[in-house]
Amino acid sequence: MTTARAAAILLAKELRLEFRTRELLNATVVFSLIVIVLFSYTFEPTAAESRRYGPGLLWIAFLFAGSLMLHPSFAREQLNDTLDALRMTPVSSFAILLGKMLANFVFLSLSELVLVPVFAVLYNLSLSGVAGRLIIVLILGTSGLVITGTVFSAIAAHARMRELLLPLLLLPILAPLLIAAVEATALLLAEKPALDPTWVTFLGGFDIVFLTASWLLCDFLVEE
Amino acid sequence: MSARGTSTPSGHQPLGISFERVEKRFGSLVALRKVSLNIRSGEFVALLGPNGAGKSTLLRIAALLMNPSSGQVQFTGAAECRGDSGPQDGGRTREDVKRSIGMVGHSILLYDELSAAENLTLFAELYGLDDVSRRVVGALEACGLASRSRGLVRTFSRGMRQRLAIARALLHGPRLLLLDEPAAGLDRQGHLWMGATLARLRDEGCTVLMSTHARNESVDLATRAVSLLAGRIEEDSGPGGDPRPLLAALRAEA
Amino acid sequence: MTAVVAALIFFAGYAALFIAPEERTMHAVQRIFYFHLSAWITSFTAFAVVFLSNVAFLTTRRFEWDWLGVAAAEMGITCCTIGLITGPLWARPVWGIWWTWDARLTTTFLLWLLYISYLLLRGLLEDPQRRASLSAIFGIFAFLDVPLVYVSNRLWRTQHPQPVILGGEGSGLDPTMAKVLLLCVLAVFGIMIPILVDRYRLERLRHEVEELRFEVENRGTDFDPISTKGGL
Repeated sequence: MTTARAAAILLAKELRLEFRTRELLNATVVFSLIVIVLFSYTFEPTAAESRRYGPGLLWIAFLFAGSLMLHPSFAREQLNDTLDALRMTPVSSFAILLGKMLANFVFLSLSELVLVPVFAVLYNLSLSGVAGRLIIVLILGTSGLVITGTVFSAIAAHARMRELLLPLLLLPILAPLLIAAVEATALLLAEKPALDPTWVTFLGGFDIVFLTASWLLCDFLVEE
Repeated sequence: MSARGTSTPSGHQPLGISFERVEKRFGSLVALRKVSLNIRSGEFVALLGPNGAGKSTLLRIAALLMNPSSGQVQFTGAAECRGDSGPQDGGRTREDVKRSIGMVGHSILLYDELSAAENLTLFAELYGLDDVSRRVVGALEACGLASRSRGLVRTFSRGMRQRLAIARALLHGPRLLLLDEPAAGLDRQGHLWMGATLARLRDEGCTVLMSTHARNESVDLATRAVSLLAGRIEEDSGPGGDPRPLLAALRAEA
Repeated sequence: MTAVVAALIFFAGYAALFIAPEERTMHAVQRIFYFHLSAWITSFTAFAVVFLSNVAFLTTRRFEWDWLGVAAAEMGITCCTIGLITGPLWARPVWGIWWTWDARLTTTFLLWLLYISYLLLRGLLEDPQRRASLSAIFGIFAFLDVPLVYVSNRLWRTQHPQPVILGGEGSGLDPTMAKVLLLCVLAVFGIMIPILVDRYRLERLRHEVEELRFEVENRGTDFDPISTKGGL
């Protein structure tokens, strides 16, 4: 069986588990909304000010939400040792990891789908002209976040204080991603919106570097 | 509950397993000390010994869930195959071996938040089986959970969970069955079902390695008994030997 | 050995303070540069050693690499801390500010944070095998992140107003300055390598103590972590 097929089966399983309870999605959306609302106190949310601070605030909200949301990804498998059951099947470890990455990507993207319009309304920003280009930036940034986040969720699952540990491991690694995503978003929200090829390339590069590293290291990650 | 229909063996190649001077350390703790054990295909081995003797560790190594710290595990059968990694000389890969192994572990290895049918469907797909829905229905009927197929595993009783765990292990028609205290939590009826199922598998030539530290009826199916103590093989009735004295000792202890 | 290192440090300090020529615009403050840059070179070397140990552990599974990794990480963090303290001390009188978010500074700061996380992670993983392999994976990710951090900061700053920076220290180093710098680098390595070796030995001893304690505690009993694990 190909890795893609196995990852698709596992993705379907993750989605089924999540949509049965929607625990993760609800918590993530509410958490990010709180961050977005609280930030409105830190500056005057006029259109000009929002253009300056909005992109940073938006991505900080995603990063925090992601680093909280990704934790159960592997921790959930510890009940009934289901990760062992997956490891006994003839499926590659990369397929197991990839299935989880894809599922986390779906969850975070769905949260963003709710949050971005709310953010635009609350901070007086018009996204109508740049929606397509913004989606490119969101997809690339979210990919980088879930690739590293899923790997670190597997690492943190074995540690004490794992809920606290995941953000500690993840956030510093994501610093370059944050800079690139914030800058790319800021340029899209500027007076003359533009999709900066440098930042888009950088985000793509970030994703490729860490996806490759995950692929090379996945056997060590899911082993006993 | 019937003893039939739980498995449709994917192939009839025999599969044996041989441990050569296998040692397993957890940090400094030695769980297995240079265990050498050659199990031929078709044998039904009862693995005896007190808690902590190393039975679970041995089974997990056999299931390719962990690598031994030193020593080797080889899968024997139609084509020789070593258990450590990658495509093998004999033409059988680690993936092929995994397809031929079924395990009932300490935990039930099932998702609590999925239904019985969803769990079995998931694993049938991951094992790359064809005819998934027919197999799943067959397995659910065999373990007596057909009427609860849509119920979440979380809501099942201990005995039902264990029956489903056994059904999951047999789903892909393994040729080597690894059972870690499979009777745990089973009621009287469940015991009978498991005994009948294992008897049929033994007659079909499936190799079985079953650990137990207390009496369960299925132990009488064993063609060989091996007892472990503190990570070493203490006694072994040997292939073709008489396991009854060892099993009687187990009865006496209980 | 100790005497040689002590002499080296003494001489390096003497050279940095009295032999090296006075820098034209920065005067005496600039002399901190000899130790600032030496510390930075040593810390970066140490982090490279951590990365190599991580890769080596995952490929060979020998615990020696794990011990070297943690020893080098601590040494790197120590030197990095020295760099982060001496930097602002130098920057304040020269640039007029303690800190600026320029690419090099930001990269170093994040590097420091990443390796603190590495040690933190190790402290929270109990099983030695797991601690070694999972922290190695994190170490590799952290090291891969460093060039990305640097590049992103460079790109970022080119699009923003440059902070107040006088000419970089690399531009046209006086030959005497270069020699003194080399001496200082040697001195810092001279201190750090014996510490690294000692730290490595300490880690090995710790490993042995862990083993012995387990053996004593489990003598007679047949504790099996697997069969007590999944008793749900």
